[in-house]
Amino acid sequence: MRPFTQHKGIAAPLDLANVDTDMIIPKQFLKSIKRTGFGKNLFDELRYQDEGQADQDCSGRPLREDFILNKTPYQNASILLARRNFGCGSSREHAPWALDDFGFRAVIAPSFADIFFNNCFKNGLLPIQLTEEQVEQLFQEVQNNIGCEIAIDLEQQQVSTDSGLAFSFAVDEFRKACLLNGLDDIGLTLQDEDKIHAFETRHKASSPWLFAAKN
Amino acid sequence: MSAKTLYDKLWDNHLVTQRDDGSALIYIDLQLLHEVTSPQAFEGLRLANRKPWRISSNLATPDHNVPTTVNERKNGIDGISDQVSKIQVMTLDDNCDEFGITEFAMNDIRQGIVHVVGPEQGATLPGMTVVCGDSHTSTHGAFGALAHGIGTSEVEHVLATQCLVQKKMKNMLIRVNGELSPYVSAKDVVLAIIGKIGTAGGTGYAIEFGGSAIRSLSMEGRMTVCNMAIEAGARVGLIAVDDTTIDYVKDRPYAPKGEQWQQAITAWRDLVSDDDAHFDEIVDLSASDIKPQVTWGTSPEMVIAIDKAIPKAEEQTDATLKESYARAWDYMGLAGKTMLSDIQLDRVFIGSCTNSRIEDLRIAADVVKGRQIAKNIKEAIVVPGSGLVKAQAEKEGLDRIFIDAGLQWREPGCSMCLAMNADKLGNGEHCASTSNRNFEGRQGFGGRTHLVSPAMAAAAAIAGYFVDVNELVKTDTSVTH
Ligand code: SF4
Repeated sequence: MRPFTQHKGIAAPLDLANVDTDMIIPKQFLKSIKRTGFGKNLFDELRYQDEGQADQDCSGRPLREDFILNKTPYQNASILLARRNFGCGSSREHAPWALDDFGFRAVIAPSFADIFFNNCFKNGLLPIQLTEEQVEQLFQEVQNNIGCEIAIDLEQQQVSTDSGLAFSFAVDEFRKACLLNGLDDIGLTLQDEDKIHAFETRHKASSPWLFAAKN
Repeated sequence: MSAKTLYDKLWDNHLVTQRDDGSALIYIDLQLLHEVTSPQAFEGLRLANRKPWRISSNLATPDHNVPTTVNERKNGIDGISDQVSKIQVMTLDDNCDEFGITEFAMNDIRQGIVHVVGPEQGATLPGMTVVCGDSHTSTHGAFGALAHGIGTSEVEHVLATQCLVQKKMKNMLIRVNGELSPYVSAKDVVLAIIGKIGTAGGTGYAIEFGGSAIRSLSMEGRMTVCNMAIEAGARVGLIAVDDTTIDYVKDRPYAPKGEQWQQAITAWRDLVSDDDAHFDEIVDLSASDIKPQVTWGTSPEMVIAIDKAIPKAEEQTDATLKESYARAWDYMGLAGKTMLSDIQLDRVFIGSCTNSRIEDLRIAADVVKGRQIAKNIKEAIVVPGSGLVKAQAEKEGLDRIFIDAGLQWREPGCSMCLAMNADKLGNGEHCASTSNRNFEGRQGFGGRTHLVSPAMAAAAAIAGYFVDVNELVKTDTSVTH
């Protein structure tokens, strides 16, 4: 996994609450068996006027000009600013894959849905939870200074702007360590292989039916 | 020892190791796999040269992409006309073959929606930890199992390590006491709950559903409730084990047998929250207050009882809410409409992991029996949750009742719940749907979804617009043609 340490980039203000995973990446694009290539279909229904198809060349599709990511300079945004309950809905990891593939490195919102939040960390995408007021201040900042950048420092757990706004955010230790070092979860878990075996032995003794062969 | 909630017990029973940083490894007993969220996980295993930790703990079936018409189905995988879908279904077959995982492939009678198939086979058992790369895995909590929806990276993680990295959630208890009115079902209960606590109300919690109205539900009804825990923001929904649970599980193909059955039920009896267990949050609802529910907007929390006026954006005081209500009104084309009955319906969908079990089909058939769908309904489809549900329904003659009333009887799969196959809404069409998500575009580009119970969907098919099913069945509208 790509590590995340510090990042500074253009923040796109997506002024919507309850952005669901069907919005982030509609289902027709989930037919892919790959992890990459979803960026062009990120927010497909909000971004294009027509209905997108899987495996389609998107370069000639009519855009919805009023959608934030279609406006300059947000085509180059790498931080997404959104409202509460971002990422609700399905467990599709295609949502963080699409955000990542578009070029986003972080999403800042007042709250996130659990599964989406978790999926972000597996993909080097940092979800940052700030208070409603702090997010509102950032919205105002980026709306008043189009194209202004936000800086994120994961080590210091801080979000800041050139104009002097600075907010600290919480992140759990384990996830922070994984992101900072770009660590593979599976490898880490397998360091506890002995404990898993030991648990399995106990579990089998107390609940043998769970280990009965399937016919 | 201090009192524990059901969630605490399940957690403790599966805790492999607690790490200093607050995260924990929990052991997974069952992983369900389907074609959409597993290909990249298998690919990851291959790239890292890893093998599944315990092959027999996995069970797979394709559901999201499979076509539901008899014509397309009779030719198996070759019958899938969408080439991209076909590759995905084939990839699941290939991966299961390669790794030796049991799969109910497309034309196996046991194929169906993962969340219908697991319980039906007795693969889902009380006291288990269950995961699937699908958020509606919360369904299996109806059995007193700890069931999480996970992402693809976690699917790979569970395949490789049999464990999931988790942080313990908080405990919420939602109690529904009293008696439900006629034709008010589990779906109405859970929609009413979401209406009350909101789609983020359960974020960070494992929700246990309790109270006399929940206890009196069948397993089918309990699965409907837990299915939609995720729509209230909770990854995990739970219902304590009782006789209803045990009776349902008994004699299912994968359920324990003989001596192990006795041993298992003794253990399962303990799968209830202790009397004085601590919940971080308790929410109470009265069953008798719950009327048939219909969603009017683009989030499951935008839900009202059938006799209420559709709430207006300008009446909202919260700015964000005002904004999202306005957007939903616009998307749903509600201008000039006051009541749900003002909405002219185009399609009806009875199916999905929320409401495609035999009991759901029975009640829908009961409502449409001897009646005819309204002229304005372009298509009303009934999609059973599995091949076995379909067979059972046909044994009971439900298929005939639906067909005689003008509905279509389909092959099992997710179908119009998320419209990954050919079953979808046209731009601007309104649909009465028994599924679980009314998000923008969920059932097709520009499609407008209204979530309802099977009885309400059936009533809507007959009337052509939303009516209280109780009103419909009172008036004898048996039309002769
Ligand atoms: S029926 Fe719908 S919600 Fe259920 S698993 Fe299939 S797509 Fe997901």
